[in-house]
Amino acid sequence: MTNDINGIKSSDVALIIGSDTTEAHPVISARLKQAVIEGKTKLIVIDPKKIKLADFAAIYASQRPGTDVAVMNGMMHIILKNGWEDKEFIANRVEPEGFEALKKEVEKFTPEYVEKISGIPAKTLEEIAELFGKAKAAAIYYAMGITQHTTGVDNVKSTANLQMLCGNMGIPGGGVNPLRGQSNVQGACDMGGLPNVYTAYQQVANADAQAKMENYWKVKLNNKPGKPMTVAFDDAYEGKMKAFYIMGENPMISDPDLHHAEEALKKLEFLVVEDIFMTETAKFAHVVLPASTYAEKEGTFSNTERRVQKLNPAVKAPGSALHDWEIHQLIANKMGLNWNYTKAEDIFNEIRAVTPSYAGMTYDRIGRYGLHWPCPTTEHPGTPVLHVGKFTKGLGTMFPIPFKDPAELPDAEFPTYLTTGRILQHFHTGTMSRKSEGLNNLAGPHVMISVEDAERIGVKNSEMVKVTTRRGSITTKAFITKRIPNGTAFVPFHFWEAPANQLTNNALDPIAKIPEYKVCACKLERA
Amino acid sequence: MKITINGKNIEAREGQTILQAALANGIYIPHLCYHEKIGAAGKCRACVVEVEGMRGLQTSCSVMAKEDMVVNTCSQNALNAQKLVIDLMLSSGTHDCLACEQNGNCELQDAAYFLGIERPSVQYGEINREFDTSSEFVYVERNKCISCGRCVAACNTTVVNQVLDFGHRGHHTEIVFDTDKKMGESSCVQCGECVQMCPVGAIVDKNARGKGRLWDLKKVETVCPYCGVGCKLELHVNEKTNKIIKVRGVEDAPVNKGMLCVKGRYGFDFVGHPDRLTTPLIKENGQFREASWEEAIALVASKMTEIKDKFGADTIMGLASAKVTNEENYTFQKLFRTAIGTNNIDHCARL
Ligand code: SF4
Ligand code: SF4
Ligand code: SF4
Ligand code: FES
Repeated sequence: MTNDINGIKSSDVALIIGSDTTEAHPVISARLKQAVIEGKTKLIVIDPKKIKLADFAAIYASQRPGTDVAVMNGMMHIILKNGWEDKEFIANRVEPEGFEALKKEVEKFTPEYVEKISGIPAKTLEEIAELFGKAKAAAIYYAMGITQHTTGVDNVKSTANLQMLCGNMGIPGGGVNPLRGQSNVQGACDMGGLPNVYTAYQQVANADAQAKMENYWKVKLNNKPGKPMTVAFDDAYEGKMKAFYIMGENPMISDPDLHHAEEALKKLEFLVVEDIFMTETAKFAHVVLPASTYAEKEGTFSNTERRVQKLNPAVKAPGSALHDWEIHQLIANKMGLNWNYTKAEDIFNEIRAVTPSYAGMTYDRIGRYGLHWPCPTTEHPGTPVLHVGKFTKGLGTMFPIPFKDPAELPDAEFPTYLTTGRILQHFHTGTMSRKSEGLNNLAGPHVMISVEDAERIGVKNSEMVKVTTRRGSITTKAFITKRIPNGTAFVPFHFWEAPANQLTNNALDPIAKIPEYKVCACKLERA
Repeated sequence: MKITINGKNIEAREGQTILQAALANGIYIPHLCYHEKIGAAGKCRACVVEVEGMRGLQTSCSVMAKEDMVVNTCSQNALNAQKLVIDLMLSSGTHDCLACEQNGNCELQDAAYFLGIERPSVQYGEINREFDTSSEFVYVERNKCISCGRCVAACNTTVVNQVLDFGHRGHHTEIVFDTDKKMGESSCVQCGECVQMCPVGAIVDKNARGKGRLWDLKKVETVCPYCGVGCKLELHVNEKTNKIIKVRGVEDAPVNKGMLCVKGRYGFDFVGHPDRLTTPLIKENGQFREASWEEAIALVASKMTEIKDKFGADTIMGLASAKVTNEENYTFQKLFRTAIGTNNIDHCARL
């Protein structure tokens, strides 16, 4: 998030697009609902599913899955036509070429044209654009509904275009606010858990960054960016990748194409899995290393608003399970290095030394409330709102984004849109939440279908439905709801018994390599 | 501004009520419907005090402190009125503290203790409302409810789930879920905010019942392991059994202000689950067998070295984790970049 959670109440308007906030980020949803009932904030919800927040929205619109670029281009078209853009912001803070190119691109996205693509009535789009465009401070919140598309990067760029156009960057209550899905996704990225960067996004291919890290780590480093995970799985499938070391992840549930992932893992010469349970993935491993949970360790997580917060140990890990960092240290030293960390704080202090945005944080300063990065010095108060007055790189860049269809659209054989996501009671691949009897009792595998589709295929609530795509099929319980539009089905991805990812399309975004989990075509049948 | 409470000069801030100023200065006044987060409700009348120049008793939770105000919280009049309120509450419920989950953490008990009430002066017949055990994680005992309305306010204005309300009339008034449904059949999402806000033992964590007294449990503040919001939570741990008994949202945490969702508050069973991995495992002939750390680490190190020498470091891939700490992601990528010599590191953030 460019902005902080406490700033939610400073928004005059909040646009929720591609996030079922109440299910996936319940406490942020509570903050948004509070802002609405207190009368300050108006919500705009754009989502194929009539999510719970739609009940609190001033305007709700249901778009066809995968048409977000067209919708946002349409909003910008209307905003520009009416002169609601922030002229001062555009003149001072964005590159003029980009703005001109964007203006040209959105010209053809008239409300009528966007209606044809997205199904949102032209009049509704006009209302949305007016409410958003005239707001003093408007924020955008999104989640995987924006990123898990073959056009994920385009979608993200569109949110930034819209926010720069309306001058909503660098102000309280504004911003582009992706809601991160897992407790420490932000931190995993910040720490260089990515193929092309060290900590704080310092490029591995940059000679200065390489020299700095070589100097600090006292080893020669490889300057060739590594492989993203989705590509590594393809390489493993083809026998080109020989070993995987998987820490605390379960791709055998989360990967876009599970048959492919299974074959890929089976072809490896060596697979190490470090986890807390014998996961679906760990079963394929040659060596399994027992690790610790959040309740057993000290360390830090960085949340969705870039706030670094402290974990403290409450219980002892079972048996001889170790902390993940202890395991890494044992392996590193066995491979001839000389690591001497005695506690998590030692590592944190090393992180500070090589990570400019974390340099000013100490365990003491993080204390009970945490600190937002960037926090460059020990006097710095942290940065709840990014891009105030100036973008990191100077002027902001707008990009003209043409609309592209999703990789797979419904047709005669597979007439229904299939989309996947989370539900409140479970989490990700279920490694943690599905160990709770109570949570399991609250929610099991299902497919949400519309009232119309249920009638068409002749099923009642809780009867079994077979969902088939070009890649596979699952049979699961029907959950019939008015919240789903006719012609769309939703499958939560937490359940190994009915794995959504046997159905999804592994077509990737060309840049971010994110699979298109949010749209593909399926066929529903009574089972 | 200066005000005087019980003859003591204290400093009050603009916008503070008498109750807030008193509490901030270590002066206790019984109060049950007021809570910092949901504000004054003016319902219970336990907080009455005398204010010079104002006629009759005033509810201190709703009267603003003013310059030079003179307040008496424990005049005979005030104390008698406070006692009457608490006595009536005790009389109209089953406040047998022995097995109550809230014992030692109950604001009604605190008020009775402060006022020296041994037992209620009258007991109104048999009070036997049905227990509601239908919810997966929350236990409702209306016999202990004092109708303070905190849970109703919490559900409607804090978490805005709009499930709880008061229903029925007169002295049959009680809290209801939706249109008087069982909690487990209502639209309740089991966020537990009402549990956290209830001052007595009327709404409690179902699975924590009987598992440990508040004062026997160690409290540790940490961060929720689930979504990216990063709610701060306080784990209540029984050190003898090494088990988490219950979880509270941290009220002054800037991220969540005490709120949690059903996973963060109740989804901790995995930590102490019998299926946890407790020892390294090595696969032999398609079967896992237990191994020592020495053996497992030696095998990983030698295999990695062998593959690196034979096929090159770039044929080894590491998946970091969005569920482990910054420190552990750091050591993981450092292991790959320094010991193995590849930048093949990614994680499942996008999946
Ligand atoms: S648990 Fe949450 S949703 Fe359910 S009644 Fe209590 S406050 Fe409302
Ligand atoms: S259940 Fe608790 S919080 Fe709710 S009205 Fe009764 S005593 Fe108050
Ligand atoms: S308690 Fe719920 S909302 Fe809060 S961080 Fe955990 S999963 Fe997210
Ligand atoms: S606390 Fe003042 S009336 Fe209840």
